[in-house]
Amino acid sequence: MASVTLSGIRKSFGATPVLHGVDVQIDDGEFVVLVGPSGCGKSTLLRMIAGLEETLDGEIRIGDRVVNRVPPKARDIAMVFQNYALYPHMTVRANMAFSMRLAGRAAAEIDARVNDAARILGLDDYLDRFPRQLSGGQRQRVAMGRAIVRDPQVFLFDEPLSNLDAKLRVQMRTEIRALHQRLRTTSIYVTHDQIEAMTMADKIVVMNAGRVEQIGAPLVLYDDPANLFVAGFIGSPAMNFLPGRLAEGGAVVLDNGGRIGVASTAAKPGQAVTVGVRPESLEIAADGLLAEIVVVEPTGADTQIYCTLAGRDVNVVSRERHGFAPGQGIRLRVAPHKALLFDADSGARIR
Amino acid sequence: MAADYLTSLPRRWVTIYIPLIVFLIVLLFPFYWMAITAFKPDAELMSATGNPFWVVQPTLMHFRKLLFDTAYPTWLWNTVLITVSSTLVSLAASVFAAYAIERLRFRGSRQVGLGIFLAYLVPPSILFIPLASMVFQLGIFDTRLALILTYPTFLIPFCTWLLMGYFRAIPYELEECALIDGATRWQILTRIILPLAVPGLISAGIFAFTLSWNEFLYALTFISASENKTVPVGVITELVEGDVYHWGALMAGALVGSLPVAVLYSFFVEHYVAGMTGAVKE
Repeated sequence: MASVTLSGIRKSFGATPVLHGVDVQIDDGEFVVLVGPSGCGKSTLLRMIAGLEETLDGEIRIGDRVVNRVPPKARDIAMVFQNYALYPHMTVRANMAFSMRLAGRAAAEIDARVNDAARILGLDDYLDRFPRQLSGGQRQRVAMGRAIVRDPQVFLFDEPLSNLDAKLRVQMRTEIRALHQRLRTTSIYVTHDQIEAMTMADKIVVMNAGRVEQIGAPLVLYDDPANLFVAGFIGSPAMNFLPGRLAEGGAVVLDNGGRIGVASTAAKPGQAVTVGVRPESLEIAADGLLAEIVVVEPTGADTQIYCTLAGRDVNVVSRERHGFAPGQGIRLRVAPHKALLFDADSGARIR
Repeated sequence: MAADYLTSLPRRWVTIYIPLIVFLIVLLFPFYWMAITAFKPDAELMSATGNPFWVVQPTLMHFRKLLFDTAYPTWLWNTVLITVSSTLVSLAASVFAAYAIERLRFRGSRQVGLGIFLAYLVPPSILFIPLASMVFQLGIFDTRLALILTYPTFLIPFCTWLLMGYFRAIPYELEECALIDGATRWQILTRIILPLAVPGLISAGIFAFTLSWNEFLYALTFISASENKTVPVGVITELVEGDVYHWGALMAGALVGSLPVAVLYSFFVEHYVAGMTGAVKE
């Protein structure tokens, strides 16, 4: 096991820059998720750590070793690919044993390690099957088994669950997480799904357009986002944004004249700001901002209420059951410390 | 529904069986004609009466003449030797060429691929003149080596092009995964790519085998001694004397000569079809 340090990583494909200086510190034994919309450079970054893409600018360290010029096989990593990349002409056993056989390990050792990994992953009965005879979830497990037998310093996962159906995805999510708790191997996991990131990560790295937007524990990103992008990307349903102007006396005046009280802030009165409020932080009250209900979606545990407020779509999640009808007006209130302020131009958080 | 349309019996006759039968007759009649001619005694062959589409008294005299009065066994042996050697040489060269063009991503790989394809478009009837001069200068005129070395000039472009398409269908991730697993380029080629490309290799091999087995122009121009000839050239040059056609022996020679190819095809037909139509199944 080892830490992974990325410093000043830049990358471009031809004239198109894809990474503009990325710095990430991943501690020994951590499960880190790189998350961002497609095209943000997260997969490229992972492939650079694996050594499948050249790193010309910046430095990648695994443990104490700079690996920029080290070929993939000498980096002591294992990677799980999105399409599993199982060798179709080899049995599960041969797939898992392939790397050790190339390394010239003894047959007895190979056998022991493969059987060990198969037992951990519940693949004992499938060792002599070919990948085409397995279901999607089983293939996924074989791909992980292939990584486990190598006992590497770092596991790399490249969107490993996106080819599975929704139910299996949730199940495998838990399995990967449990596996990590058992093996404690440093893991770097790439996904575009923020729920996967939230549920699996010790630490999330949110990326956008080749830059790191914020690094932090899942709930820190949720409660304390550094900018509009992170605030909008993390959390489902997404955070509500209302543009307005900071007035004297700790309140933001919205376009329609409504006022939201905010906690003390570094913003100056008169500054254009965006107020961000999580759907569950909007309380339905007797007084407050007037909103018009568009759709009500009860899910059982809670109710999602879509409405318009000051010309904006606003999403409210309420634990209570209301008899609301579309077109009805309701009043919404936010506790001042739950209203986050962002600079309207740069999108940066104003604390 | 389309299925109903095709499955009602009279329609199936019109749309499937009759066209297929016509096709079969057109394709197989020459073979039939060759086969019955090979077994017909000369008298029956030249007779203006009787049913020309049937053999009344089958005979093996043409085969006896072929095997004992001509150098046919030598031609057959030459053909086997030349075909197998040039096929193996071409396949080996094509595997490396196709893999390099598809996967090593060197500068100009697309142009090289295109160039190889263009080389295939140059007709042999133009190429044989410069090739003849090279064959002379190498001192291999009128040897089997002349054909073993010239056949790859049209086999390699063909096989390379065919294998390129096949390699392209193998996912990149397999190679990247093997790279992380610690495989070298050579191990990736021999342990991952080639086992997965077996159907492609078989179709390329069969194609190369058939093309060189039936090759005529180079064999005619680069070989003059009877003991170095191949079957297609030997049969034509030695069984036609002036304006006398030894039809029976000619057809017997053609029949025996086409059997190995037919056997090869029937042996690999499933792989062959898979190679032409299918991609790698995961």
